[in-house]
Amino acid sequence: MSDSALLVDVTGRTFDLADNDTLHAVGRLRFALPAHSFTCIVGPSGCGKTTLLRMILGLDSGFDGSIDHSGKGSVAAVFQEPRLLPWRTVEQNVRLVLPDDRREETLDELFDVLGLQDMRAFYPNQLSLGLARRAALARAFILQPQLLILDEPFVSLDNATADRLQQLLLTLWHSHPTTALMVTHDIREAAILADRVLVFSNRPAHIMDEITIDTAQHQRDEAMLGQIVQRIAQVVKSG
Amino acid sequence: MMSVAKASVRRSQGSSFVISVTSLCVFVLVWAVVAWWLDDNALPTPSAVWQSLVVEFRSGELFHHLGMTLLRVIAAFIVAMAVGSAIGIWLGMQPLANRVVDPWLILLLNIPALVIIVLSYIWFGLNEAAAIGAVALNKIPNVVITLREGARSLNPEFAEMAQVYRFSFMKRLRHVVLPQLQPFFAAATRSGISLIWKIVLIVELLGRSNGVGFQIHLYFQLFDVATILAYTFAFIGVMLVVEYGVLQPLDKYTNRWRGTHER
Repeated sequence: MSDSALLVDVTGRTFDLADNDTLHAVGRLRFALPAHSFTCIVGPSGCGKTTLLRMILGLDSGFDGSIDHSGKGSVAAVFQEPRLLPWRTVEQNVRLVLPDDRREETLDELFDVLGLQDMRAFYPNQLSLGLARRAALARAFILQPQLLILDEPFVSLDNATADRLQQLLLTLWHSHPTTALMVTHDIREAAILADRVLVFSNRPAHIMDEITIDTAQHQRDEAMLGQIVQRIAQVVKSG
Repeated sequence: MMSVAKASVRRSQGSSFVISVTSLCVFVLVWAVVAWWLDDNALPTPSAVWQSLVVEFRSGELFHHLGMTLLRVIAAFIVAMAVGSAIGIWLGMQPLANRVVDPWLILLLNIPALVIIVLSYIWFGLNEAAAIGAVALNKIPNVVITLREGARSLNPEFAEMAQVYRFSFMKRLRHVVLPQLQPFFAAATRSGISLIWKIVLIVELLGRSNGVGFQIHLYFQLFDVATILAYTFAFIGVMLVVEYGVLQPLDKYTNRWRGTHER
């Protein structure tokens, strides 16, 4: 645990339904995230991936078990929706998460990397979805979080935009090292980004397999990506 | 393309201004003709009202009484908005408290303004605090209901974002909650000011020795309709200045992000 940024030890999460039935969203889950690792969770729709992220973020406390953020560092999240405050400009949205003693910090480097330099004064409803997602990434990385949670951050984007944002995410992750945990239903996205993939079963979610990818992200060519995708897909299909 | 659109908007605003002014001129003209035809003190001509206004203005009475009424409107408005907003937001976020307080609200909403004013004067005396309190109490239920609906419609996604990024209570309130409530504050303000100034006149008529309401009561006893109308139009003028000089620019500023769209 000493070099782990997060230890998840959950025995279950159930929801009471309107018809007095009970939904078992999450089953037994136990895993640790090594510091500065990039872990992706893949699994079928509705298997409890987002529920788990909400539990880790402290937005859902009705589960059995424990979730331990070992460090005292900050946590940042990029949600499926950018969740930018529409009455604040891009720059104001990003600055809002900074603590008071970092309020005057320059955002130039981050905005340069993300291509947001010219959009600082734009309001969120002036941005395309891709640009809004970049702003959400900027808001997360400016905090230099100890733990970064990403819930399908590139869903609903066209392939070219999603590919570009995946590369930007990797660039930021390398330049601002953090422990990342990302949920995605896109196996190829997991193969591009992760150094470890947790494959979840159907609901109630449990870990069917854990795939470690030793090759650094920048060394993964198309052939290697194909092999990784195939490995993940085999596990997913077996569930 | 953009400049063509802006020019079109400006033209439309210009023509709507011309229509409004023409409509008002027609109103004054019809009034003048009817007053001249009736030739009765009950309906003075526009020029008689204007002369009364000039007389009251020169004597300093107009400013004094308008000022007193305006101060009461402002005081009652601040009390009603502060108390009503706090209760409304609390009820919007606490369903149990809302269930308890809701019947009281319905009760208060249905008590006639006159009853609240008379009871305030009886219980607390003919003083300024009772007058302002009575006006505020008449308005508070409306503010509570408007802000309660606002608090119910707060976006939970923004609340979660604020929780994840560990915003302090004040940061959450200032940057996340209050901006979402802005349209509800604006609605409560608009309806509040128009309701409050009408109730203030009744409060002044019943128990104060100055203000527009007091003056209207005085000139009612003298059957001086021209001066009654002079005070009425003067105060409407003040409220229009508040509307166009304060409320609309404030509304435009707080809503500046709404007029934008994807580029």
